[in-house]
Amino acid sequence: MLPVPTLNSYLFVAAALFTISVIGIFINRRNVIILLMAIELMLLAVNLNFIAFSSYLGDLSGQVFVFFILTVAAAESAIGLAILVVLFRNVRSIDVEQIGTLKG
Amino acid sequence: MKDIALVLPEIVLLSLAGLILVVDLFVARNQKWFSYACGIGALLWTAVYVYAPAAPLDAVVPSSAFVGLVVVDGVATLLKLAILLSAAVALCYSWTYLRKHQLDNGEYVALVLFGALGMMVIASAASMLTAYLGLELLGLSMYALVALKRGDRTATEAAMKYFVLGALASGLLLFGMSIIYGATGSISLTAISAALGKANSTAVALGLIFIAAGVAFKLGVVPFHMWVPDVYQGAPTAVTLFLGTAPKVAAFALAYRLFGTGLTPAAQDWSVILAVIATLSVVLGNLVAVVQTNVKRMLAYSAVANMGFLLLGFVAGGQTGYAAALFYAIAYAITGLVSFGILVLLSGRGIEFEQIDDLRGLNARSPWYAFLMLLAMFSLAGIPPTIGFWAKLSVIEAIVGAGYTWIAVIAVLASLVGAFYYLRVVRVMYFADPTDAGIALPSRGATTLMSVNALAILVLGALPSSIMALCARVLQSS
Repeated sequence: MLPVPTLNSYLFVAAALFTISVIGIFINRRNVIILLMAIELMLLAVNLNFIAFSSYLGDLSGQVFVFFILTVAAAESAIGLAILVVLFRNVRSIDVEQIGTLKG
Repeated sequence: MKDIALVLPEIVLLSLAGLILVVDLFVARNQKWFSYACGIGALLWTAVYVYAPAAPLDAVVPSSAFVGLVVVDGVATLLKLAILLSAAVALCYSWTYLRKHQLDNGEYVALVLFGALGMMVIASAASMLTAYLGLELLGLSMYALVALKRGDRTATEAAMKYFVLGALASGLLLFGMSIIYGATGSISLTAISAALGKANSTAVALGLIFIAAGVAFKLGVVPFHMWVPDVYQGAPTAVTLFLGTAPKVAAFALAYRLFGTGLTPAAQDWSVILAVIATLSVVLGNLVAVVQTNVKRMLAYSAVANMGFLLLGFVAGGQTGYAAALFYAIAYAITGLVSFGILVLLSGRGIEFEQIDDLRGLNARSPWYAFLMLLAMFSLAGIPPTIGFWAKLSVIEAIVGAGYTWIAVIAVLASLVGAFYYLRVVRVMYFADPTDAGIALPSRGATTLMSVNALAILVLGALPSSIMALCARVLQSS
């Protein structure tokens, strides 16, 4: 028999996913696509948090919030990828190091 | 039906924005002025819908709609009017610039309208959900606007940076919101405010840190200001003009809704966080702006410092503090429209006002525009009798009244440093030899609007009491 997961286990997983995605954004020095993946992961971690709390509290508004976050995340990645495409046309690279002409 | 009536302005703006997006497809390439006129008309018409049931502003009875997702009160009405009017003025200024740079497509208008809609949603958010959705609608429109100049490397780079950091900020904000939801069991801001006293204080403190970080990112204050100078510099100046004005009013709305209504019982926790953030950005923004040679980048660091000042109003807290911050946001939007608007109006085909040196001897080339720019610089520096002086004064008064004298001293000293770089622009305009580069001559209509806009800095600065009292009464009534 596996132990029944408690609220804390869900929160721990969500916090771990969130930390991974923040680290992914800050120490990633290679690829813009990885940045976009890290952003998606971050929103999913938040969703897990909302659902765990919602189920624990017996309150539906947290799950409604998750639906909206999912929709916004889709719109956000559409815009992010569109910007990536125009950026690639100008820079001919998706290397994070190459994107640095603005400084000061 | 009552619920629908309360969000009627938003419905009107959404329908008109969608309509303009479709109508623009049938407008010929050289007739795009029609889409711009429609856009300005849509914003003004929505402003009428906002104002008509609400007049006078300080007598609006706060009423909520859609099971407490949306609230319409005096603050929301005043903020919406400020947002709609500044977006409309920004559209008027940008039209010729965009045409001369061949960026005059209808998407610009539609994106500005959707951004304005997002800001209106933030202004009447009564739940964390509506605040988040408004913020994302604004953010997504802004990312696309910054990337408007598709073939330009710096613009697309700026858009990418803005997108990544903006999405990160939304993630932080949402994580904080989820923790606050778990601690209080509700996403409605009034319910959160009621439940916060009984909630687990560690969880609340953790949630607050994430929410403060997310809001700080959106405001563009230290230590989350990295995107501001890059985006201001990289974006086409017409987009910078829009980005630097109305969204600052919306930033006040976001901070007021989250900290001023939702998280008020935890004020002693967040006011410490905000005090550190705000003081750092006033100091750093003003110091780094001194060494800039690009005028857009300089104004970006100036925006960092000014948003720090705005947050100081929240640190002071209470009705006086919020009223000071509200007045500051409106004063900053008026001044920002002038300073960025002049850069937009004087730029033409092949003429770009980007560097401070481009303003050399502006007085010899166009004395009137040099004078209007002088007014904007005086207002940003906080020199009387401009509106910027009263804005800074009321924030300083509020912060001293709340007992943070040392912060007030630091803020005043940093503003003195700030006066140096604003006055450097004035010196370059009046006492440097003019450059050979020409200036684009703005149309008579644009000049009239700009003159009214810039003289408002002076007139409201000479008679500040009416608008300051309005801010205070509006906050009291909601």
